[in-house]
Amino acid sequence: MSWSSLEQFRAKSDRNVLRMQAEKKAGRKVVGQYCIYTPMELVLACGAIPVSLCGTKNDSIAKAETVLPRSLCPLIKSSFGFALEDSCPYLAASDLVVCDTTCDGKKKMFELLARRKPVYVLELPQRQDAEALVFWQKQLELFKGKLEETFKVNISDDALWQAIDVSRRFRAALQKVLDLGKRKPSPLTGLELLEIAFRASFMPVYEERISELESIASEIGAAQAAENTGRAPRILLTGVPTGLGSHKVIKILEESGASVVCIDNCSCYKKVRPIPSEQHDPLALLVRHSLAIPCAVMSPNPNRYETVAELAREFSVDAVCDLTWQGCQTYDVESYSLRDFVQNTLSLPFLQIVTDYAESDVEQLRIRIQAFLEILS
Amino acid sequence: MPLRFAIGIDAGSAQTKAVLLDSISLALLAKASLPTGWNPKASAEAVLAKLWQGFGEAQACSIVATGYGRVAIPFADKNITEISCHAKGAVHCFPTARLVIDIGGQDSKVISLAEGGAVRDFLMNDKCAAGTGRFVESVARLLGLHIAEFCALASGGEACAITSMCAVFAETEIIGLLAQGAKPGAIAQGVLASIARRMQGLAARLPGTGDCVFSGGLAQSPVCAERLAQELGCPVLVPEYPQFTGALGAALEAARLAKEKNA
Repeated sequence: MSWSSLEQFRAKSDRNVLRMQAEKKAGRKVVGQYCIYTPMELVLACGAIPVSLCGTKNDSIAKAETVLPRSLCPLIKSSFGFALEDSCPYLAASDLVVCDTTCDGKKKMFELLARRKPVYVLELPQRQDAEALVFWQKQLELFKGKLEETFKVNISDDALWQAIDVSRRFRAALQKVLDLGKRKPSPLTGLELLEIAFRASFMPVYEERISELESIASEIGAAQAAENTGRAPRILLTGVPTGLGSHKVIKILEESGASVVCIDNCSCYKKVRPIPSEQHDPLALLVRHSLAIPCAVMSPNPNRYETVAELAREFSVDAVCDLTWQGCQTYDVESYSLRDFVQNTLSLPFLQIVTDYAESDVEQLRIRIQAFLEILS
Repeated sequence: MPLRFAIGIDAGSAQTKAVLLDSISLALLAKASLPTGWNPKASAEAVLAKLWQGFGEAQACSIVATGYGRVAIPFADKNITEISCHAKGAVHCFPTARLVIDIGGQDSKVISLAEGGAVRDFLMNDKCAAGTGRFVESVARLLGLHIAEFCALASGGEACAITSMCAVFAETEIIGLLAQGAKPGAIAQGVLASIARRMQGLAARLPGTGDCVFSGGLAQSPVCAERLAQELGCPVLVPEYPQFTGALGAALEAARLAKEKNA
């Protein structure tokens, strides 16, 4: 199915790098971020552009392995490889790179990255309790100070509220698009859902991100639904981040006849988590909102199960597929508990796939995935 | 005229196997296997020709393909994965089966079955050659033995500990053991024990208890089956022709297709 709003979005996002360079020329500052625990609202509030950084392609991994151990996860290697090759235009444009200590591998990679780029490390707590909130609050206060000092601005509460407003509208617009997957059948493939979220994350002008997503949601939302044959099993993909270049499992699932209707990871649906409506202290609001993200780095990680249960219900899925990058210990270990929860509490079939970005295991994965879909049929 | 014949082809990485069933009575009419060459389609054609040898010429039939080469067989009516096929084949031989352990040429798998024989869950070791038929074959070759002779050697006495998790390094480890004067029998014991332990490790991750079926070429060796039973701590059932379990499962699916067409 071809949608003119989607085509227009693709054409616009093809020019993401040029747009960003134009913004830089006009004096805007750019802050690259690897992780959604970094509240992009703080960056927006200081007048800079928060932007995602490359880390989803296999090409840069060989270069990274000249420095990093091979056993590290492909996401860390890919990200670092882009830095070594100087091949990520968003990283090149970044005046500051914010890095969250989401795992040991990243933490140590950031030390090496700091030799090449101005890195600022946010120390992420690994729990979500009251003490962790106090700690995280302090981290974000320090980060705010760092932004103010680097960019010679003062971040007022008003500016923060304005940034929160932009962020809320962005989250809502992205959610409208991703929620199209709730329809039966989903008008967008899982690959398209991924592509839209991925491309949007590199768009430097936030108002444009929002209006583009809005127009996709309204065009496709208004279209006549296709006949629901009910033949394609509806899959909730959960787990590690994915992007263009690290999409092979979604591709194989859909080539094998499944429909990936929701992608519960930090490149997709975790980005839409709405910011609660409160009017007291904007920074405290961001502290609570960001720390509640259910990444496997949290121990325990109760929100993960709650989210999976909620998404499985809302998107009426037939099965859950948990994707783990090789070497990602937290997601790999957590998969055992998630399997138990999905199979026994949600009574849904569950498949964990552990892989990397390379194409070498595609045929083996195809067998596993097809066998899993045969169980569903 | 009703379709009387149903064929399952299992285009594996090492061997291509085929089974011919009477689509109504499900009686086994013929079976054949050949080494898979570089061309799975040609191997499948050759094995089909062999299968029909007793019949003068090929008859009208429905065909289901499985195995790594399943998509390369254009004359199959359908292809399904070997996980489904091993389960169907195992349940056909042993209706009480609740667990299937298959050690194939380039992977090994554990399949948990629900009551009634439907696949409930499965786990595969497909990342690494250790714990596969290919691994046993390469060690046997190192000792200048055929795989059956190698397995027979493992029937008793001391076992060497083989600890490498990688087939290539296990080979290196074994060369070292031989240099230290280890006996081939002890090495064979060690190799089979290491495979059985790996399978036990996979099986322990799946729920369910009940009869366990051992399929795939290695199951032809009683010593292998015994080793596996020891590690699992339960008896292991072996089909009459364990290496044909996947092809049998595919043939059963072909028979179901034939019945659909006949109806």
